[in-house]
Amino acid sequence: MIQAILVFNNHGKPRLVRFYQHFPEEIQQQIVRETFHLVLKRDDNICNFLEGGSLIGGSDYKLIYRHYATLYFVFCVDSSESELGILDLIQVFVETLDKCFENVCELDLIFHMDKVHYILQEVVMGGMVLETNMNEIVAQIEAQNRLEKSEGGALG
Amino acid sequence: MALKMVKGSIDRMFDKNLQDLVRGIRNHKEDEAKYISQCIDEIKQELKQDNIAVKANAVCKLTYLQMLGYDISWAAFNIIEVMSASKFTFKRIGYLAASQSFHEGTDVIMLTTNQIRKDLSSPSQYDTGVALTGLSCFVTPDLARDLANDIMTLMSHTKPYIRKKAVLIMYKVFLKYPESLRPAFPRLKEKLEDPDPGVQSAAVNVICELARRNPKNYLSLAPLFFKLMTSSTNNWVLIKIIKLFGALTPLEPRLGKKLIEPLTNLIHSTSAMSLLYECVNTVIAVLISLSSGMPNHSASIQLCVQKLRILIEDSDQNLKYLGLLAMSKILKTHPKSVQSHKDLILQCLDDKDESIRLRALDLLYGMVSKKNLMEIVKKLMTHVDKAEGTTYRDELLTKIIDICSQSNYQHITNFEWYISILVELTRLEGTRHGHLIAAQMLDVAIRVKAIRKFAVSQMSTLLDNAHLVASSTQRNGICEVLYAATWICGEFSEHLQEPQHTLEAMLRPKVTTLPGHIQAVYVQNVVKLYASILQQKEQAAETEAAQAVTQLMVDRLPQFVQSADLEVQERASCILQLVKHVQKLQAKGVPVAEEVSALFAGELNPVAPKAQKKVPVPEGLDLDAWINEPLSDSESEDEKPKAMFHEEEQRQAKHRLPEVDEEELARRREARKQEQANNPFYIKSSPSPQKRYQDSPGVEHIPVVQIDLSVPLKVPGLPLSDQYVRLEEERRHRQRLEKDKRRKKRRDKEKKGKRRHGSLPTESDEDIAPAQQVDIVTEEMPENALPSDEDDKDPNDPYRALDIDLDKPLADSEKLPVQKHRNAENAKSPEKEDVPVVEKKSKKPKKKEKKHKEKERDKEKKKEKKKGEDLDFWLSTTPPPAAVPSTDTLSANTNTDATPKDEVEEPRREAQDGEDEDQDQEKKPSKHKKKHKKEKEEQPKDKKRSRKKLLGSEEAPGEPVQNGALEEEPLPPMSSYCLLAKNSYIKMTYSVQGSLQDSQVTVSIILENLSGSVLKSMELSVLDSLNTRMARPEGSSVHDGVPVPFQLPPGVSNEAQFVFTVQSIVMAQKLKGTLSFIAKDDAGATHEKLDFKLHFSCSSYLTTTPCYSDAFAKLLESGDLSMSSIRVDGISMSFQNLLTKICFHHHFSVVERVDSCASMYSRSIQGHHVCLLVKKGENSVSVDGKCSDSTLLSNVLEEMKATLAMC
Repeated sequence: MIQAILVFNNHGKPRLVRFYQHFPEEIQQQIVRETFHLVLKRDDNICNFLEGGSLIGGSDYKLIYRHYATLYFVFCVDSSESELGILDLIQVFVETLDKCFENVCELDLIFHMDKVHYILQEVVMGGMVLETNMNEIVAQIEAQNRLEKSEGGALG
Repeated sequence: MALKMVKGSIDRMFDKNLQDLVRGIRNHKEDEAKYISQCIDEIKQELKQDNIAVKANAVCKLTYLQMLGYDISWAAFNIIEVMSASKFTFKRIGYLAASQSFHEGTDVIMLTTNQIRKDLSSPSQYDTGVALTGLSCFVTPDLARDLANDIMTLMSHTKPYIRKKAVLIMYKVFLKYPESLRPAFPRLKEKLEDPDPGVQSAAVNVICELARRNPKNYLSLAPLFFKLMTSSTNNWVLIKIIKLFGALTPLEPRLGKKLIEPLTNLIHSTSAMSLLYECVNTVIAVLISLSSGMPNHSASIQLCVQKLRILIEDSDQNLKYLGLLAMSKILKTHPKSVQSHKDLILQCLDDKDESIRLRALDLLYGMVSKKNLMEIVKKLMTHVDKAEGTTYRDELLTKIIDICSQSNYQHITNFEWYISILVELTRLEGTRHGHLIAAQMLDVAIRVKAIRKFAVSQMSTLLDNAHLVASSTQRNGICEVLYAATWICGEFSEHLQEPQHTLEAMLRPKVTTLPGHIQAVYVQNVVKLYASILQQKEQAAETEAAQAVTQLMVDRLPQFVQSADLEVQERASCILQLVKHVQKLQAKGVPVAEEVSALFAGELNPVAPKAQKKVPVPEGLDLDAWINEPLSDSESEDEKPKAMFHEEEQRQAKHRLPEVDEEELARRREARKQEQANNPFYIKSSPSPQKRYQDSPGVEHIPVVQIDLSVPLKVPGLPLSDQYVRLEEERRHRQRLEKDKRRKKRRDKEKKGKRRHGSLPTESDEDIAPAQQVDIVTEEMPENALPSDEDDKDPNDPYRALDIDLDKPLADSEKLPVQKHRNAENAKSPEKEDVPVVEKKSKKPKKKEKKHKEKERDKEKKKEKKKGEDLDFWLSTTPPPAAVPSTDTLSANTNTDATPKDEVEEPRREAQDGEDEDQDQEKKPSKHKKKHKKEKEEQPKDKKRSRKKLLGSEEAPGEPVQNGALEEEPLPPMSSYCLLAKNSYIKMTYSVQGSLQDSQVTVSIILENLSGSVLKSMELSVLDSLNTRMARPEGSSVHDGVPVPFQLPPGVSNEAQFVFTVQSIVMAQKLKGTLSFIAKDDAGATHEKLDFKLHFSCSSYLTTTPCYSDAFAKLLESGDLSMSSIRVDGISMSFQNLLTKICFHHHFSVVERVDSCASMYSRSIQGHHVCLLVKKGENSVSVDGKCSDSTLLSNVLEEMKATLAMC
């Protein structure tokens, strides 16, 4: 199970916060901060696994993250997930973002948090991996975008 | 109203959308909070408007603010409003906000039940999808209970997109509503073999999650998973399955044996690191489960260790980390194979990556032996000195202590060395683990009697230099060791070389700056020390010295009496009074030492941590009964505060054995002295050079060591642990020499016989004799301690509720509650016996029903028993036995393990696949295709895999869905009646006919009496769904059955018609129902019932309607119709017959026919137009369809495909 998915930038500003277990908002912020500090200390050339921050889960949980340009993508997972598998999943997620936003950059995430969430929802659902096939993910997202367009978009 | 609308949309133009909000926040960096609170006010205004678009926009912004840490729970109701919008665009916004902010405590969540149910059954798959996604995040026990059945239905939805989501969410439902697990499980299991890889992967995911928590309930699925493992090419699925096997093998060693070979093959063949790693992990788990008595697997262990070494040596830090992680698992059972890689692991301690260093540390924990402990700890100590961050240094510290103290100090041969290591560790500044070191000191000093003298001398030096330790930090830091030091010096004061000097040290004014609980121990132990000094002096008849000590006490104790700490103050004032009294007695020349020491008489023994719990309750003692009747409530407030004393203190108090009489004490003391005298340790300990001062009176003779504070790291007088390493080496060397000598002698004797075998004798663990005769006092347990293993189970484990036996047949009470209506089930769901039957409970024939149920249960029991045997059978690796009974497998396995060669293995695996096949054959005839596919894949599979594949599409080569074979067999050609249900009494066949009025369908059921009894009082009860309802006589409720208007004498058949109203006809439906009747013959009457499933195909909603070609053409041109097409191959029937068949079964009429091409038309009972263009090729038929409803069309075509497939 995936416990949380956090995306924040090099300064710790949250860009996507998705918890699969309820925490009050202030605890969520605290976890983001703590995770940021844990991850920030680490060079880019050391391993992408971190044994859990004290706030989430406990010893069974791991932080698995990737650093892309200005953004950190952090997944907090328990021992039922394959570490390398999750790394690949992060890659799939980011590549999907790249396809959907056409050369994704931090600004896309800043201004379209809702869309990022919709994309994530096609990859992970309720803390479990839903789909790993990027073509399928993109196809579903595009179908939903078309549906939205046919309804006249959010402004209609 | 119209005005309002216009006004609304004008307002909207000025509203901020999400992008504006984000931009605004970025532009107000200085007063962000103020700006946001302003925005929230605006949002509140927007939420008050009627326009749903405005609301949705507001909720979208709130979701963003939630991410920034703002509480949006106040808008929960508005979020629900947006969720219930009819447009997908808004619905999605609402569900997203809900999934981010709703939780079990959200009170309005209960209002969502019906909305969610509506969305789940929405014709648009994305409405359903969005509801499932949202629900997965905020499902509560109530929602889970109310919606479980709806979601279960969705598991067999036509769209794989919905199926996979429904399958995944079931896990959340199980967690919140464990009762749903058993009824839903058969269908979940079915989804493991879903044609869609996404759905399959979801099902694997859910079952793995379930099995991880309670593996034993899922053992029976092992054959199925095994099959998936050998057939699947999806790395993601493979990883999950392999992980699952890792959890299953400990429960069934035979499974492990079966797994080893395919897993090793995978290890050799795969290039995907993630898969390789999980395979290694599971092989390790297998080896662990086999570790007893399976020496043949050393090759597998070697393979694993070798692969892991490659990972660890890899430059990719991730692989290095995981390699170490897996290595630590092997370590537990096969330490020897890991120990040979010690160099590599020690090397990792120098890695720049902290995660890797920590993993390496973990490994070292298991790698130590008597032989290498000192060496490893020495290496660690140098790291402690080098370490920069305090976290890592603290980790090192705890690891050193863990390593040394593991399994009752098993690896320590020299405790002097250990004590000096502990003392060296006290030099760590800023550590948070002072209490750990202290606890070790206490433990060793108490439990290793032989070391006490040495420990005391070390501790007194420590006390002497207390200012070093105490100056660093006040709280929970290293000063904690003083707690231990003082206590050891006080308790074992008889070993002190210079008790008076130590007493001085303990009474220094500086002590009062220590934390209260440490001071308290100081005070208490000062008295112990005092008592022992008093005794010494009196025995030596040095009354003046004795009085001087008393004077010292009287002078110094008042500093503690003034302490702010309650504990210190109380003890100090008590003791001060005592000492003053002693002083008076001393002045009179009365000997007091004996009495003062009696205060602290008695031997201390360690008590096991669980000892208290294990004291058996004496017979006749009822702990719950009141001794006195409880007093009134008002008085209970006077209870004493619990945390009066420090916890540690209390524990010590507990240790003390109460009431031991003088004689016994004297005897014990004597015995102890005797024992100490005989202990080799005391002979070895080199007497300190200051010893001769010991007996001289006064303190002035004791040389006070001046300490150079500028070099705080070297405490003079403390032995360096390295010294012991050297000593130890020398000692071992000596031992070895002696041994060699002995061996030589022996060899000289044998010289004439054999030649010397082997090279230099290697030193093994057992050869190393401990330096001291160490006697580790075992912890005491009360007499008659109850053996209990349940101490460690956590009763609050949320997964405990899911520990459910899934093989037991379903009981009535377990069926999922059906709230109001059931959802439509779709036509494709394969019919299987063990799909949970959600039955309507009819009120009248309860008794009979039970009886019937019991029968059913018996049947299922048999089936289940068979399943159990199946597992055994499957697990046996012998070739398919012709006559060998399947239970005989345990003995049969053993002979197959020793042949690891691939050539030999290959045919065997096939044979065993054949076995699987045989078992499945009765149940699932459609498997054959799959099996062939698998065989074909078997060979190239190994080369194909690559890491990339985890990302790429992994779909198995296209294979037409084989559902056709699962549908009901049509009765002889061209009969629209098909079998509904049948038992020994009655056979029911039915046909469904749509009528154009009122969206109704008529079901004609032919009832045929097969028995010799008269069947009467027949009643048909059908469980309505939201979509389809049975028309009942006026005044009867939904639960009442509809009577069949005739009786059936033996052998007679008759037809009854029932009318159903349908709301949405775009999907096929299934309704469950029961026919109850009384069978009356000469012997008497019995009440019987028969369950059935009414299948409303989409075709049955179509009515044959003639259409002219010009109208047909107009229809096609209108452009309102959506299009879809199918193609069926391998058709040999003539085109004419084909058309007739379509006309008959699917209620179409031919509009025009030109050669092998025809246009057809039909109309649904709700007025949808369905147009077809049927073309026949050589061997195939293609059907293009157009219809005003795309779902209806695709379902009709799907059904048509099934019909055509049979031509």
